[in-house]
Amino acid sequence: MALNIAYFAWVRERMGVADETVDLPAGVADVGALVAWLAARDARGQIAFAEPHRIRAAIDGVMMGPDAPLLGAREVALFPPVTGG
Amino acid sequence: MIRVAVQQEAIDVATELDLHDAGGHGASASFIGRVRGDAGLTELFLDHHPAMTEAGLADLAHAAADRWHLSALTLIHRIGPMAPGETIVFVLTSSAHRAEALAACEFLIDRLKTDVMLWKRETFADGRVGWVEPREGDQARAGKWGA
Repeated sequence: MALNIAYFAWVRERMGVADETVDLPAGVADVGALVAWLAARDARGQIAFAEPHRIRAAIDGVMMGPDAPLLGAREVALFPPVTGG
Repeated sequence: MIRVAVQQEAIDVATELDLHDAGGHGASASFIGRVRGDAGLTELFLDHHPAMTEAGLADLAHAAADRWHLSALTLIHRIGPMAPGETIVFVLTSSAHRAEALAACEFLIDRLKTDVMLWKRETFADGRVGWVEPREGDQARAGKWGA
């Protein structure tokens, strides 16, 4: 399944890209699994997602928890907690 | 009238006030948030999510309009790089009476801290660069308004 991932704030800086399209491996079915997979994929992911509890996610513009399923998602945004206006 | 904007350009406060002045409202309350220049800060950069940031501001504006009798509401937030002293956020609420305008304005200021998809990065004169962490006090202030 192809999925667009967008990164924000320090997650983007640590990943070195603003967004990317990935082919999800079988078994990566929810937000938590996606974060774990990115952390294991390469050195940048390891740094960006070293502390999964500090990562927030939105699926197609809606805030979601780590258990949210990825099936049918077009875009997953991954970012730190907001610091507001 | 609800007007919400997310923009890189400077906020023209005088023009925004004129728009409310023209409405014949009984009372207006406003808030201007500026970039603090303390601790040698040279730049504040605001990152945003193009779709979610504007949607978050619009949701917030509508929540205020549902809660108080407002005749006009303007909520403008800047993104991108800003220098100390620049206006970063502008809130303007108008109503027939001052109590509603003031309460709605305070609600919007408090909720902006927690409900809108914005991230702040600080750059200091000594070269330090860092992303701002959420503050517990902001959560508490936003939480006092309930769900």
